[in-house]
Amino acid sequence: MNGPVLDLRQISKSYGDTRVLHSIDLTVTAGEMLAIVGPSGSGKSTMLNIMGTLDRPTSGSLSVAGHSVDHLSDDGLAELRALHIGFVFQHFHLAAGATAVENVADGLLYSGVERAERRRRAAEALERVGLSHRLTHRPPMLSGGEKQRVAIARAIVRNPSVLLADEPTGALDSASGANVLAVLRELNADGTTVVVITHDRDLAGALPRSVRMLDGHLSPAPLEPTGLPR
Amino acid sequence: MTAAKVNRIATGPRTGVRFGDLLRLGLFGLRTRPTRVLLSALGIAIGIAAMVAVVGLGSSSRAQLTGVLDRLGTNVLAVSPGKSLTGDTIPLPATAVGQVGRVPGVLESAGTGLVVGAHVYRTDKIPTLQTKGLDVRAAFGDLPGVLRARFVSGGWLREPGPSEAATAGSFGSPSEVVLGHGAATALGIDRVTGAERVWIGGSWWSVVGILEPLTLAPDLDSSAFVPVAAATSRLGFDGAPTQISARADPERLDGVRTLLPRAANPAVEAGATVSRPSDALEAQRASEASFTGLLLGLGLVALLVGGIGVANTMVITVLERRAEIGVRRALGARRRNIRDQFLIESLLLALLGGACGVVLGAVVTVIFAVAQGWPPTVPVWAVAGGLGSTVVIGGLSGIYPASRAASVPPTSALAAA
Repeated sequence: MNGPVLDLRQISKSYGDTRVLHSIDLTVTAGEMLAIVGPSGSGKSTMLNIMGTLDRPTSGSLSVAGHSVDHLSDDGLAELRALHIGFVFQHFHLAAGATAVENVADGLLYSGVERAERRRRAAEALERVGLSHRLTHRPPMLSGGEKQRVAIARAIVRNPSVLLADEPTGALDSASGANVLAVLRELNADGTTVVVITHDRDLAGALPRSVRMLDGHLSPAPLEPTGLPR
Repeated sequence: MTAAKVNRIATGPRTGVRFGDLLRLGLFGLRTRPTRVLLSALGIAIGIAAMVAVVGLGSSSRAQLTGVLDRLGTNVLAVSPGKSLTGDTIPLPATAVGQVGRVPGVLESAGTGLVVGAHVYRTDKIPTLQTKGLDVRAAFGDLPGVLRARFVSGGWLREPGPSEAATAGSFGSPSEVVLGHGAATALGIDRVTGAERVWIGGSWWSVVGILEPLTLAPDLDSSAFVPVAAATSRLGFDGAPTQISARADPERLDGVRTLLPRAANPAVEAGATVSRPSDALEAQRASEASFTGLLLGLGLVALLVGGIGVANTMVITVLERRAEIGVRRALGARRRNIRDQFLIESLLLALLGGACGVVLGAVVTVIFAVAQGWPPTVPVWAVAGGLGSTVVIGGLSGIYPASRAASVPPTSALAAA
């Protein structure tokens, strides 16, 4: 399948008089692995929120997995996220009191899946990120890299059409970061579409495709790698 | 946007979040903040415990009074000497007890006459001025029988033989005495073995019985009762009864009541007054009910304060958990899923406090009632009402925080992390 998973047309976003995104056009096709790279304040987080349907653009149109978002209600957007979009955050956002498998199973809570099935699929997802030996560990007992892999498992447990990762290695040391990136690559190799938002040019350069954001504009020019691929 | 919004992208039923999952989320939310949960549940628990205990103690006390009234009956009338226009007491004739007993509708009657100047002492060594406020009364008829009184020990004055009755005109052997409960306590006598003696009017009397408190005639508790004949011959009793108790046919109580003054003292208009001692107990039972109402109101205020505590806790919880709300929205939670989660958490918090409060209130009721000698009674409606009001309180205190949680935009919830 090679249709567009994310299709942004002339997307603009303003907060009051401040324009954060300027007429962005971007298409992400199924099976792609893409980096959106830019310094802080460049508008990449706003991009992520709009692509993830957590926020609505001021103008322009967006479709996710073939569904036009423009006419979806709040409930419709929630359903779209539940079925098609997986999120990975810089700071993991795991429930400290719940085990790894419970945290991952929460990813299916809003998709109408039975509890036993949620746990079974959560254990499978943890195995895919290489944490089958950490099912009953709680986040405080896990390393930073392991926590991020639990968060990735939570995002992919629903088999989303696209995985949106916001600075997934930003809170990790370089070894753990490399490990998390390897997991994302493997998932992509298995067919998951991955979009990584980062300020890290090295990370972006290591991915098959990258686009650059600056002051709310998407740079058409390809990015020049400035360091070694990780 | 002018076009109607679309709520669904998929076809087929959307199951949403199951109630069991919401319950689990709520419990998990409480479990992660045990101290705060316990403190705010305590507020509810105190309110509910106060309400349950107030209702329980009121019911226990009323059950006790009802039991007493059932045992004693409400058909006893008390006759006492009337007052003249100048305020002087008009003495009843010596035959008054018998005359009262002959009134149609009176089932049984008895009376006592105060022996003026006579007092009861533990021994002959006690100075005569140390009366301890105890008096001596001549007993006409079976007083404990009419008042349904029980004995701590021993029994009533012995029925006289025919020869004694002919000479004495009443019953009771000359040297016998029965002590009221207060009198026995004051004299330090707690049982009758046959050897106990008391000193009355310059001679020894042997104690044959000790009464339990007389609920229908509490003013007789500090008296020593002696036979009329002995009181007359040895203590100078004038023969006039000062108090008569009559048990009437309950169906004819009102009629008997109007006849009694005339029967007790036929010679003088308004020469006797009649009252119904059980009225005081009925009044006490009624006043307990109104007092319960007042205390219940105070309990309700405590509950309200507890509810505000829960609301406060939930508002803080929502502020603290903005990141969790954001993540859940990102995972596909709808606004109503978030609202339900926090509402259920608030309900569980209040219910936890309510359940603890009901148990606490019941325990307090049982302990206090048993200590008072009341039958412990915790009405089912009080328990149900207590739990029901916590559900209402939990729901009301949860509505605002929960709808606030639901209205947090997912982006700002995540940005707060």
